[in-house]
Amino acid sequence: MDFSLSEEQQMIRDTAREFAEKELVPNAPHWDQNREFPVEAVKKLGELGFLGMMVSPDWDGSGMDSISYALAIEEISRGCASTGVIMSVNNSLVCDPLERFGTDYQRETFLKPLASGAKLGSYCLTEPMAGSDAGATKTTAVKDGDDWIVNGVKIFVTNGAYADTFVVYASSDPAAKTRGISAFIIEKERDGVSVGTREKTLGIRASCTSEIIFDNVRVPDANRLGDLGKGFKVAMITLNGGRIGIAAQAVGIAQAAFERSIEYTKTRHQFDQPIAEFQAVQFKIADMATKIDAARLLTLEAAHQKDLGQDYSMAAAKAKLLASRVAVEVTDDAIQVHGGYGYVEEYHVERHFRDAKITELYEGTSEIQRIVIGRGVTK
Amino acid sequence: MDLTYSDEEKMIIELAREFAEKELRPIAHEIDVEKRVPIEVLRKMQEVGLLGLMIPEEYDGAGVSTACYVQVIEELARVCAAVAIVLSVHNSVGAYPILRFGSDEQRKNYLPKLASDWIGAFCLSEAASGSDASALELRARKDGDSYVLDGAKLWVTNGSIANLYLVLAKTADIPDRPHRGISAFLVERDTPGITVGKLEDKMGLRASDTAEIHFQDCRVPASALVGEEGIGFKIAMQALDNGRIGVGSQAVGIAQGALEEAVAYAKERVAFGRPIADHQAVQFMIADMETEISAARSLVRRAAWRKDAGLSHGKEAAMAKLYASEMSHRVVHRALQIHGGAGYTKEYAIERYYRDQRVTEIYEGTSEMQRIVIGRAVLSE
Repeated sequence: MDFSLSEEQQMIRDTAREFAEKELVPNAPHWDQNREFPVEAVKKLGELGFLGMMVSPDWDGSGMDSISYALAIEEISRGCASTGVIMSVNNSLVCDPLERFGTDYQRETFLKPLASGAKLGSYCLTEPMAGSDAGATKTTAVKDGDDWIVNGVKIFVTNGAYADTFVVYASSDPAAKTRGISAFIIEKERDGVSVGTREKTLGIRASCTSEIIFDNVRVPDANRLGDLGKGFKVAMITLNGGRIGIAAQAVGIAQAAFERSIEYTKTRHQFDQPIAEFQAVQFKIADMATKIDAARLLTLEAAHQKDLGQDYSMAAAKAKLLASRVAVEVTDDAIQVHGGYGYVEEYHVERHFRDAKITELYEGTSEIQRIVIGRGVTK
Repeated sequence: MDLTYSDEEKMIIELAREFAEKELRPIAHEIDVEKRVPIEVLRKMQEVGLLGLMIPEEYDGAGVSTACYVQVIEELARVCAAVAIVLSVHNSVGAYPILRFGSDEQRKNYLPKLASDWIGAFCLSEAASGSDASALELRARKDGDSYVLDGAKLWVTNGSIANLYLVLAKTADIPDRPHRGISAFLVERDTPGITVGKLEDKMGLRASDTAEIHFQDCRVPASALVGEEGIGFKIAMQALDNGRIGVGSQAVGIAQGALEEAVAYAKERVAFGRPIADHQAVQFMIADMETEISAARSLVRRAAWRKDAGLSHGKEAAMAKLYASEMSHRVVHRALQIHGGAGYTKEYAIERYYRDQRVTEIYEGTSEMQRIVIGRAVLSE
């Protein structure tokens, strides 16, 4: 049993933290207020090798393990949760399935620029009538000679307007329902691809959550990702990895709020002493610290299982379920110990609180995680 | 990072699991009802080397890592929490302080005994000194080559079955810093002047004895002092850091056992035409239980690993104990809820788990004390 990080893992974490302190922490508030997508920061993440962290160097990735990835996502999200999810989506939801299920042609053509950061990727699964019930997808892919014609509307697409490459799930055989879904790689410049409304979200406002419309988009069969009719499986395996990313993001958000709370409660005086010396405050701090450690350990455990090549779907669901709840609770407590100041923008924790909530919703709501875990235990 | 156990550790854990299934499961209910310490089972644990498993091999123990030890405690607590606490106390606050602070002579004298047929106990709490441990009043007066102990200790786990007590006593009055006047002594059970008083009639852990121990003109040789005078409080606190890892794993074991009872019941019990395990309300409770147990287990193992690696682990042990004990509270609550009315009867083991769980939030430092330890540590980092 050894919980220590390797030198390389520590180095990656430190690099991510330095980057976050320098590039993200000072900018996150105005990005949030202006809903400004952090274009430059994302470019720099690519230069650091953080956009294709786990992709093999053969495909221009960094070839790092999942533990390093979780550590980096935590640190980036601690600086700016929006940047954290941009990074998580590109790594977990785009690069990972392209490497895992892609052909060498697809890896060469699509994965390389995504892993190096030259391009940004996005994952198109959710639709207005297909959220948790992802199998109910209405987007269709109809064979036309050697090509596919894709029609449909995807929503809640993270990186939407800023993405160059979309992994799109569409039904190639509606009668077969879940087993009729296939995955396609669709470039933004293809005729018929357009970006719809950008959602006005509660949190992670610097990330871009868009509607993406596919109107008679012609896609060559060479762009089909994985086997025909196996798209649902691709989506689910992909989300397993994504959940580690979101769990790490949640831990990072909680950690940010926690550190601000420590700083504030040590300097804020009431009744002639720092409020950190009141047991009511100290106990909150103790609970926050404990929960964050619990969430981080579960996240690293899921990453560790993934690195060992084990089935980590339960571990990832547990990590995501717990870490997202912890993020919401800890950011709520952070506002409480800040008092009224916590409710104003200047003190940051209100942003952390807004950012935290999404972690209980995307890449599978907490309810979906509970279904995964509950079924695993009672099977 | 490597969160797996070695093959040898897996074997020891498997041995503990089998022991629990074979020796503890058949009697766990009966010894709880009868409020009986299963001394014959403890003897068997000594024979197979499970009781003194953390004592190093050079003192005839199994010398397992703390990380392995916590999983052994979990396996026992999963079936019978009362026996798990005997083991935890024996190792964490019985043997460990001798190993860590004892003289060569004390180690050579007592550790092999604790690794074979002796049982250890820890005497800290008193009637007026619980969380505020430095307020203890039991006196140890120097008299020539000996010390004379006078006073009474409370809540002594293993009290009536122990052969050796680690006793915290006041050797000096230092009004501003009372903890600096506390010293630790190793007192053998048959020393004249020791009497076992009342055995507590407890809500849970009824098969573990919790005794009042009286010391009256109890004369021990100066060689019974552990370390030097005035470091008793430090010894006690480090023993408790260790004990908290043990209680954390006990809490995880209780929760794991309760979860398994709940899952078995939910798969069998039919309501509205299907097993209640298929109802989302039940399934979601099970999912939350499973998740929180995993988180607690990680915290416990992390604290154990830090101790094994020689790293500071006071804060981490407190976190493990706090989270695991409060987690186990939520878990036994849900597990009983899943059982419905059946869970409220002694027909089902969950009723015992529910009672046994509660003390994990109290002993070896209440949850409030853990929060003080964690809060102070975090705020001074």
